[in-house]
Amino acid sequence: MRFDYDTSYLDAKRLLRYPAQKLAYAALAILLLAAPWLLPKYYVGELTYLFIMAIASLGLMVLSGYTGQVSLGHAAFLAVGAYAHAWLLSQGAPWLLSIALATAISALVGLLLGLPAIRVSGLYLAMVTLAFAILIEHVLGRWKSVTGGFNGLPVGDPVILGANLSGLKSFYFLALISLVLTVAVLINLMRGKTGRAFVGVRDSEAAAASLGIWVAGYKVLAFVISAAVCGFAGALLAHHVRHITPEGFNLLLSLELVLMVTIGGLGSLRGAILGAFLIGMVPALISQIKPLLGDRIAKQFGLEIFFFGLILAIFVLFEPKGLNGRWLKVKAFFDTFPLYRKDVFRRGKTYMKSERYR
Amino acid sequence: MPPEIIANLQLALNGMATGAIYALVALGLVITYKATEVLNFAHGDVLMASAFVAWGLIVGLGLPFWLAALLTVAFAAVLSWQIDARIMRRIVGQPQFAGVMLTIAIAFMLRGLVSMFFGPESRSYPTPWTQQSTHIGPVVVSDLNLVILAVALLLTALIYVFLRRTALGVSIQAASQNQLAAYLSGIRVKRVTSLVWALAGAVSGACGLLLAPIALVDISLWIVVLKALAALVLGGFGSIPGAILGGLLLGLIEQFAGVYLPDGSKDVAAYVVLIATLVLWPRGLLGEAHGRRV
Repeated sequence: MRFDYDTSYLDAKRLLRYPAQKLAYAALAILLLAAPWLLPKYYVGELTYLFIMAIASLGLMVLSGYTGQVSLGHAAFLAVGAYAHAWLLSQGAPWLLSIALATAISALVGLLLGLPAIRVSGLYLAMVTLAFAILIEHVLGRWKSVTGGFNGLPVGDPVILGANLSGLKSFYFLALISLVLTVAVLINLMRGKTGRAFVGVRDSEAAAASLGIWVAGYKVLAFVISAAVCGFAGALLAHHVRHITPEGFNLLLSLELVLMVTIGGLGSLRGAILGAFLIGMVPALISQIKPLLGDRIAKQFGLEIFFFGLILAIFVLFEPKGLNGRWLKVKAFFDTFPLYRKDVFRRGKTYMKSERYR
Repeated sequence: MPPEIIANLQLALNGMATGAIYALVALGLVITYKATEVLNFAHGDVLMASAFVAWGLIVGLGLPFWLAALLTVAFAAVLSWQIDARIMRRIVGQPQFAGVMLTIAIAFMLRGLVSMFFGPESRSYPTPWTQQSTHIGPVVVSDLNLVILAVALLLTALIYVFLRRTALGVSIQAASQNQLAAYLSGIRVKRVTSLVWALAGAVSGACGLLLAPIALVDISLWIVVLKALAALVLGGFGSIPGAILGGLLLGLIEQFAGVYLPDGSKDVAAYVVLIATLVLWPRGLLGEAHGRRV
């Protein structure tokens, strides 16, 4: 068991407080930096993809996990970011400008959706965002002059200040740096005034309002931040897939993102990344076990979606706090070693209370 | 009668038939929602699975249509009962989001299982009404559409009367408003809840049975649940007559949008309606107004 003994305000502000944390994160950093040389090529590409999905999952986490606004349609923002970036690149915009503009455009779309969407909450918001994602997919399919319709749009190479980063290793590092930057920005945003306001809005709008928090404003802000981060991820994803089509940003991707934040554990950035890694790895893992199954089952696409469902169901039923919750439990077990009791995290018995009359 | 009016009448009848399906799916959603506060995203997949089961019984085993229909509806009811009794019951009292996620998980599993078991090909099966049509004045309607409309209206009326007039229906409403109080007044809440799920499942089984002959038996049949959501919202969320009205209206809107609006608007009409209704007029047509208690 560890008791914090702070001697200055700076102690409480530090992100890595203990030597063990510093060591663990340093080891992780070294592993990630060395990974492109240690792993086979296929896995480097997979890891790059996981980094990008982790960024998107972080974006959704700001909205769903911190502000409590359910969105079942976040693939729409990835799509907007990806298409804006690809189109700007094809018009000859430099990469840094293009990705900044793509992020900004996605944020703008987030604002446009957020302004009306905050009028509804809960299930209704889930339905609005779901419908919005389907609309965006159709718009991208029909707006042929810009998006190339269902044939899709080729994506230019990422060239930053004259250096072409489309190679496997260089793009890996680009994605890694992007992820680290996103985490750094969000971690500070979420422990600052903005993030605390988000959590306040999530836990009780009435209480937040009575504390002087502008509830509507912060809800829209959460939408904007979330859309911007997802747009950024979308732009990177465009480079990863090299040729974007509207089907690449379908409902399944939206739901995968929701799976990532739910399985990761709502309300934690670590959870968003863990969830993205778990869900992002499922297709690759399934292609590994496919040879073990019968031919008839193995060639169906249904296996993947079945496992998504199974994993999600297991987490909702047995670990509603997600991977992050499990991580905290394991940590508590070792921190308090001989004293850990099973009931520390026990859930109470619950009855259904109507949310309709709330 | 001028030909354009006849053409429009024709469109309206076709729209009503599709709308009746939306209405029935919405009906299944709304009774589960009213009873358990869970928006069942797996509803469309139960429907899809029943369509596949119906195909298996009619084409695969060669059973007569009516027997197969009965078995299919029974299958859907039992499946839904089991989903509630084995899975959904465990998360009672958790936030609404948990229910959404769990039904999505069940939807994924059902979709995966059906696709693994039956394969991804589209298929169709014959019904007693396939290829037949009736003339109502100058308008020609396929019998299938008439049957769909009739079944939808009949089922709605039955369920409405059941919930309002029978002791069991009233206990369902009681359980849905306050579970603990319902327990204390002697209602077997768990059984009642599962019964509602089974009822909704049976309705979705009937929908699958009726929808498959129009739209082919295919994995993508589940998408009808999204259209039904739009219908629900349009009619007023949580209202049974609203679900029917919204479904029929949505069918009409889609049909006319396909003819009079630009290409592709038929596909998105439902979603535009959903967003517009929720943002501009969240109560919908027949929705009950609910204050917000702080």
